[in-house]
Amino acid sequence: MVSGPCGASDAAGEPRRSDPLYELIDGSTAIVRGALDAGCTFFAGYPITPASSILMAMLRRLPAAGGAAVQAEDEIAAIGMCVGATLAGARSMTATSGPGISLMSETIGLAVMGEVPLVIVDVQRLGPSTGGATTVAQGDVQFVRWGTSGGYPVIVLAPSSTAECYALTRRAFDLAERFRCPVFVLTDKELALTTETVAVVPGPPPVPRPRRAAPPSAGAAPAHRFEPAADVTPMAHVGSGAPVRFTSSTHDEQGFLTKDPVTVGRLNEHLRAKVMEHVDEITMIDIDLQPGASTVVVSYGVTAGAVRDAARALRRRGRQVSTLTVQSLWPVPGPALAAVAATHDRVVVAELNHGQYRREVERVVAGRAAVVGLHRTDGGLITPEQVAESVR
Amino acid sequence: MTAAQPAAARCATYRNDRTYPFCPGCGHGRILDRLNDALVALGRDPREVVIVSDIGCSGLSDQYFVTDAFHGLHGRSITYATGIKIARPDLTVVVVMGDGGTGIGGAHLLAAARRNIGLTVLVLDNLNFGMTGGQHSSTTPDGAITSSTPHGSVERPLDICATVGVNGAAYAARCTSSDSDLSARIQEGIECDGFALLDIWGPCTAHFAARNGASRQRLAATLDRLGFATGVLHRAARPEFTNAHAAACRGEATPPPGRPEGAEPLAAPRLRTPLRVVVAGSAGAKVRSAARLASRAALLSGLRVTQRDDYPVTVQTGHCVASLVLSPEEIHFSGVERPDVLLALSADGVARTARQLAAMGPGDRVFVLPGVALGATRATVTTIDPAQASGTLAPRQVALYALAVALLAMDALSEDVLLAAADAATGRHAAAANATVRRAAATVECRTAARADACGDP
Repeated sequence: MVSGPCGASDAAGEPRRSDPLYELIDGSTAIVRGALDAGCTFFAGYPITPASSILMAMLRRLPAAGGAAVQAEDEIAAIGMCVGATLAGARSMTATSGPGISLMSETIGLAVMGEVPLVIVDVQRLGPSTGGATTVAQGDVQFVRWGTSGGYPVIVLAPSSTAECYALTRRAFDLAERFRCPVFVLTDKELALTTETVAVVPGPPPVPRPRRAAPPSAGAAPAHRFEPAADVTPMAHVGSGAPVRFTSSTHDEQGFLTKDPVTVGRLNEHLRAKVMEHVDEITMIDIDLQPGASTVVVSYGVTAGAVRDAARALRRRGRQVSTLTVQSLWPVPGPALAAVAATHDRVVVAELNHGQYRREVERVVAGRAAVVGLHRTDGGLITPEQVAESVR
Repeated sequence: MTAAQPAAARCATYRNDRTYPFCPGCGHGRILDRLNDALVALGRDPREVVIVSDIGCSGLSDQYFVTDAFHGLHGRSITYATGIKIARPDLTVVVVMGDGGTGIGGAHLLAAARRNIGLTVLVLDNLNFGMTGGQHSSTTPDGAITSSTPHGSVERPLDICATVGVNGAAYAARCTSSDSDLSARIQEGIECDGFALLDIWGPCTAHFAARNGASRQRLAATLDRLGFATGVLHRAARPEFTNAHAAACRGEATPPPGRPEGAEPLAAPRLRTPLRVVVAGSAGAKVRSAARLASRAALLSGLRVTQRDDYPVTVQTGHCVASLVLSPEEIHFSGVERPDVLLALSADGVARTARQLAAMGPGDRVFVLPGVALGATRATVTTIDPAQASGTLAPRQVALYALAVALLAMDALSEDVLLAAADAATGRHAAAANATVRRAAATVECRTAARADACGDP
């Protein structure tokens, strides 16, 4: 998914035949392409720096690709429209930044409760509050996971390069369909708006994975099935031939409100199990182990750039270091993280916040290695030099 | 619709067999019965009707019909309905909401009216928050006693019909839950091609009526005092949103996204190690486009590139700084804390890059325009004077000229790839950029050939 090394220069004077060819795009463009290639047919958003480029590109591109895109009156409406469109058969995406996620919070819970596939792009900027509109941060890591009432799981993917912005957006649509839940693409100002050379993947666009839609039936189709708890019921659409009911309140399998403890217990266990019991399937991590290394540096998103750069520089100087880039931040890839930690003495977690993901790493490492944080919260990026200094 | 489905049958009723849960005397059940009457009269396929509700006693409504149903968050029903309607304009989408929802969801009410999207909104207006204990809502008449206005409300009630009417709705009517022609009004709303709203009064028997009375006479007197007329208050013919939006998008010239195309390198890379270049200038000086041209040229040299732009949200003022990394190997982007090369094009740019400038050492290069104050730096400073370029350089070409001079002087990129990148620009920009690159190359050639005197280079 990440372009390979470019190799050394050829003999002077001869143009290097490039295979693959490269192009210059930014992360926002890659996200838009990923969405279109994944079969996105609906987008609603509200202008906010640094996510507006995605809104503007979708408004221009989606109609020509056979979909519809609108600028909503606010972020609440944007995600509400996405939910409605999804229930009517569309594949929907919205894009915003931290302040917009705040406004979307209640509807994210609705999408969890109603089992609505949805992709939400969070282009992080420095908080708290309006913070720094054009300043990078990774402060929404816990927020996107826990930002809605009830604490039920969502899936969060964090691309660590422009190429991954494309690939993980496509993956986000697949996971949203597979698990019928909101899936976040957690990126940031620097990744979304920095232009980068990216290897062009030749060939025709991929065929989007079709939605597993429930077959139309004459009778009342259950909108949901709660058992087996970890299984996911095909989606039934409004207007598809059988009465379909969706609700944000506790409900039975037909979508009628209920407070019956047995039914509610099954519903909520289903909402938990369908994600949490598929951690292995969702897990995406990029492990670069080096024999003899005592330190593994864990990072995600834009910070992985500095970590990879530092590792390359250290190894050229004969030093050993391992790196681990987490692409699927939530659910936490606990077994994979713990296994890597167990073969090292120290785990450094580098992130642009005060240690939000370090908490998770500490939890899953559970004392098998020392866990230390490398943080930056002044609006700058962690540098390769800072990473190198953290390695023993 | 698939062939396997049974043909649409005319429905005798759209109600299911569930019993309404509403309090004795509450108007909600009567209104839902009239909605059922209207649907029966219209004969719409129940499989193509969606009832969307949100929170409050009105939010229970969707459970009593055989249609599709959506029950969501307080005041947000219009947002889901809008998404459904845009995705499936053929569906009949009826929103059942309360007066509470018109307060908390006021922005959606306004936007839906302005769009004139083809929804039918029934406001079950019981003049207070019934479900939470009789607090005052956006439509509680002033003077009314509620659990949250024990001394009488002093807020002017929202005139929902006038609000949506003046803001673009196709249809607005004010009714009461006991009106004999209510189902005919609802039918009109559903048949109307655009945003239709019915504000249907029926005071909450549990709370509002207990404190303020709710006889027909009293209701009529309140409406009269407020100047709230009843009946059909507004009709307008405007294009419906989903049609208008689709038509507007068809007019959009943007083609479907083609497959990405890579650039075949024209030359071998000249760089053996990464080069970090910061262009520090001001808004309006074409800093970003100059950097983009250099990025493109680097791509054509078979180099890897990152370009990060930094400018204030007020884009036409203050600094504009572009940071480039050009590298013969893969770049793991992490910003540019210490540049190898900095172009100081303006005071704004220098102020913004003070930290980077301070981090630079004697092996690093700073190129500065005449008159731009740098302050102390350990880097090697060279002045680039655009006045020395052949001919007259337009102000908007200065950034590209300086960047091209620096990159050519350091042998990072060749004139050929810079020219090829210039030619990839559009129209007159290409010609201007091409001329600027040629001027930069001439300047560098003079320097290199040590014919500074002949070229006028200081």
